[in-house]
Amino acid sequence: MAKSIKVRAKLKGGETVVKALISHAMETGQRKDKKTGKKIPAHFIQEVTCTHNGTEVLTADWGTAISKNPYLSFKFSGAKAGDVLKMSWVDNKGESDSVEAKIK
Amino acid sequence: MNTNRRSFIKRSAAVSALGVAVSAGLITPRTVLAAWPKAAFEATDVNGAVSGTFGSDAMADSGDITLKAPEIAENGAVVPITVTSDIAGTEAISILIPGNPTPLTATFKMGGNAAGFVSTRVKMSKTSDVLVVVKAGGKLYSSKQEVKVTIGGCGG
Amino acid sequence: MKKFAVIASALCMLAAPLAGTAANPEQDLKDFKKYYTSRFSDVPLQDFTNGVYSIDKASREQWEAFEDFPPYEIYVDKGEALFNTPFKNGKTYASCFPDAEKGMTHKYPYFDKSRNEVITVELAINECREKNGEKPLKYKTGDIAHLSAYLSYKSRGKKGAVDIVNTPESMAWYERGKKHFYAKRGQLNMSCADCHYYNAGNKIRADILSPALGHTSHFPVYRNKWSLASKSGDGMGTLQRRYGGCNKQVRAKPFKAQSAEYRALEYFHTYMSNGLVLNGPGVRK
Repeated sequence: MAKSIKVRAKLKGGETVVKALISHAMETGQRKDKKTGKKIPAHFIQEVTCTHNGTEVLTADWGTAISKNPYLSFKFSGAKAGDVLKMSWVDNKGESDSVEAKIK
Repeated sequence: MNTNRRSFIKRSAAVSALGVAVSAGLITPRTVLAAWPKAAFEATDVNGAVSGTFGSDAMADSGDITLKAPEIAENGAVVPITVTSDIAGTEAISILIPGNPTPLTATFKMGGNAAGFVSTRVKMSKTSDVLVVVKAGGKLYSSKQEVKVTIGGCGG
Repeated sequence: MKKFAVIASALCMLAAPLAGTAANPEQDLKDFKKYYTSRFSDVPLQDFTNGVYSIDKASREQWEAFEDFPPYEIYVDKGEALFNTPFKNGKTYASCFPDAEKGMTHKYPYFDKSRNEVITVELAINECREKNGEKPLKYKTGDIAHLSAYLSYKSRGKKGAVDIVNTPESMAWYERGKKHFYAKRGQLNMSCADCHYYNAGNKIRADILSPALGHTSHFPVYRNKWSLASKSGDGMGTLQRRYGGCNKQVRAKPFKAQSAEYRALEYFHTYMSNGLVLNGPGVRK
């Protein structure tokens, strides 16, 4: 199974710019299945965590209004090229994934 | 649409989800303590959502928050939003959409080294303000911008 | 009202060459490009590959935000994995597409002289599968769109180079595609050209109509609209999925994906962007 997270972390003048794309349905729980007429159960990422050298640089709490296949970008300082950035998510069904990326 | 029939996530499910995540070593105990703020995300009003997130809803307009959002969204399901906070000591940034059934969209908590910057893509059910709330030095600051959501023709 | 008169007279002028003189694709291509470059004189020719965003500044900014980390990357990766996964007989798609890595879609669709028909990327993918004892994929969405996205990604930077071949049979396919493009259809009685040629840049409800020049350079596309309709959020779709959608929007019965009609249209439509640099896959609203 391919990783659900794609991360790019690039150093730019002392600051690391992180851009991530996560493959996830982000289902609101408000939509109806056109065929069955039943509501499609909510299925969405609730928490995203990013650590650099074991220190949290960003945590995010998400609701259902983050778009499908979520995009996230943030910046932090104190990293050098080759450092490892770890990003993980957990959704409301308890599914999760994590990925590590080298800072370039 | 019947909004009082929103599906609630069962507490037991949420607890077991965290259990799985902890045993998988994905999240640290510190994060578990700061569990997903269910009440804030399920609040149907802005004040409830803000106080559920930050413990207070007293905010001051700030010119030090730059909110970049389109005037007219190409597709309300995917609206790019970028927030830059030049307020010193920015600890957290929340994005709220008052026009959505539940306004709270996301809260980003900055670690010590993180800049007051975040960019994401959000869903908007109709034309609404996008409200950004920044927490810095124990105080709340806000900024907002209207985004029009139109019904398209054929599209892209 | 004036606009309709213009369209009507333009169509009459067009009907003449269709009926009488021999087809001249090269002249068609020249005229097609000239029409758009003079209609949108401030848009550089190559920028037409960006579709409606070449002429709509307001939405371009949003599109650029999507392109910053485009959702189709997920599906290009999926396509790459599929491409490199061996069939049951041990071979991979590379056995059919030796040029995939260095780019091949700029030559598609092509006219197969021995079979006297137009072959599109998606048709070739399924023929490759069948040759290797695998079931064909469903057209328009899913794996076939992911494979096509991967192939198109690998072809980025190549200039469109569709060969019209110039045999009576290939010309008949070309003419069929051209006719589809200019012929009115459906309850709304509108042709592809009504929107994307004569009215390119004008508004249809809240949307600005994209120029047909450059249309094919960025397919397959990830449409946010398609993503929303999909349970998993997969918004990828092929060019012929879009043809079906366009036909439905003018309340015409769509043809089947990979039918001769749509392959002929794809042949003409893609040829009309010859010389433009491929930039697929793309992301659209």
